[in-house]
Amino acid sequence: MSARTQRLLEGLFRLYGMVTTWLGIVVLGVFLVDIFLKGVQRLSLDFLSGFPSRFPEKAGILPAEVGTLWIFLLTALFVIPLGIAAAVFLEEFMKKGRLASIIEVNIASLAGVPSVIYGILGLEVFSRWFGWGNTLMAGAATLALLIFPVVVLAAREALRAVPRSVREGAYALGATRWQAVWHQVLPASFGGILTGIILALSRAIGETAPLIIIGALTYISFVPDSPWSKFTVLPIQIFNWTSRPQPEFWITAAAAIIVLLGMTLLLNGAAVMLRYRWKKKLKW
Amino acid sequence: MVAPETPPAKLETRELHVYYGDKHVIKNVSLTIPDRQVTAFIGPSGCGKSTILRMFNRMNDYIDGFRHLGAVCLNGEEIYRRSVQVEMLRRKVGMVFQKPNPFPKSIFDNVAFGLRIQGVNDRKVLQASVEQALHQAALWEEVKDDLDKNALALSGGQQQRLCIARALAVRPEVILMDEPASALDPISTSKIEKLILALKKDLTVVIVTHNMQQAARISDRTAFFFLGELIEYGPTADIFTHPREKLTEDYISGRFG
Repeated sequence: MSARTQRLLEGLFRLYGMVTTWLGIVVLGVFLVDIFLKGVQRLSLDFLSGFPSRFPEKAGILPAEVGTLWIFLLTALFVIPLGIAAAVFLEEFMKKGRLASIIEVNIASLAGVPSVIYGILGLEVFSRWFGWGNTLMAGAATLALLIFPVVVLAAREALRAVPRSVREGAYALGATRWQAVWHQVLPASFGGILTGIILALSRAIGETAPLIIIGALTYISFVPDSPWSKFTVLPIQIFNWTSRPQPEFWITAAAAIIVLLGMTLLLNGAAVMLRYRWKKKLKW
Repeated sequence: MVAPETPPAKLETRELHVYYGDKHVIKNVSLTIPDRQVTAFIGPSGCGKSTILRMFNRMNDYIDGFRHLGAVCLNGEEIYRRSVQVEMLRRKVGMVFQKPNPFPKSIFDNVAFGLRIQGVNDRKVLQASVEQALHQAALWEEVKDDLDKNALALSGGQQQRLCIARALAVRPEVILMDEPASALDPISTSKIEKLILALKKDLTVVIVTHNMQQAARISDRTAFFFLGELIEYGPTADIFTHPREKLTEDYISGRFG
């Protein structure tokens, strides 16, 4: 191959690479602009603090916002202790061996199970066996199960990033395994664990399918005031409005999408910031 | 009987064999380490000197496939018996590692950690112990105004002295050092060496080193290991001036290693 064709090929590859790189940004950009242009007219204080209505211009998203917030908090409450405990156990206490790798593979596969399936599991276990019905508790427990594997994987990654020498240093001073983990390894990996948790939670608040399956409502005219309340969340509200025939509702849906996107971006931003600050503070 | 110039044994191994899986890394080593002296372990990489060092505070327990035969004693008592609590043993036998490994916390918290996990929480007691340990490690003057600063901000040499202070704070009887100066510059190294000489007033020091001049400068006794065997062990002056074994002579004169 001559040098010229080589150069030509390289140029072509560069072009191709550039197109694929920009693809993601362009698609997101088009999507954001489109949604924003459609929805911004409906954004107002009344919209944020109002209740759903038959009339698209009057419809608000307060119950869905509060529902999403509840779901966020309750899911965090469920998943944080469970996820961290599992990760600590797997990473720090369990003997490496056949059983450990079986569990590892299982958790990794769990992370790939479609969310609808978790919805069915939640419906059977939390809604029926536990009798939690279609309350926030049932929804949050289901979502906690859904993101549990992600949290475990992220937390293990963060624990593994703490050098062995820190553990050895603690042991050499007479620390038990638990003391080494609790006083040194966990604090040192906290930033990474938190980042993983936030990213997983931001996924959880965007979920619709599992919550629809456990029977979250699409129309509620009250603000959920306890974990045992019935509820709806923003994605369900959006789904509901976009499935209406009247185009005015689509505009309302677009406005709700802006709010949901804002919340997710805020969470992702927080995760990025935490990761950055943690990295800056710790240089091994 | 015990010769007058040999102080009582602090640490001892008898017919010690160590295996990592199928690998036989320590072969039939019997040696006695006297109290309040500096004992140096020398030998080429992979000769087992670090492994033996880590037998004395049972740090090898965490290595997969670790097994051993024979006896390892502190003050005449077997430390691998079931009834020995390994955490208690490590309060008596401290360790300093090759690479400084301060915790990513404040200087104060680093030194106080060993006491805190023993349940000492009285701020005054901690303060006094931290100050004393930092004095002992010759670090106090440099950090006394920055006790709340993150330990990772210190220089490598300071970090290593902090790790020594951290080990001293729990008042051990023995301190094990695994090439404590190999990652440091010459000035930091000489500070650490001075420190080791000062420490032997109060405690027993066992140091693994690659640096033969260092062994000659600071140790009272030197043990030379090769391929998992103890080749020669005796007063440092003898080992370096007229070694009995050909292998020792070749090693200390730099013919291999």
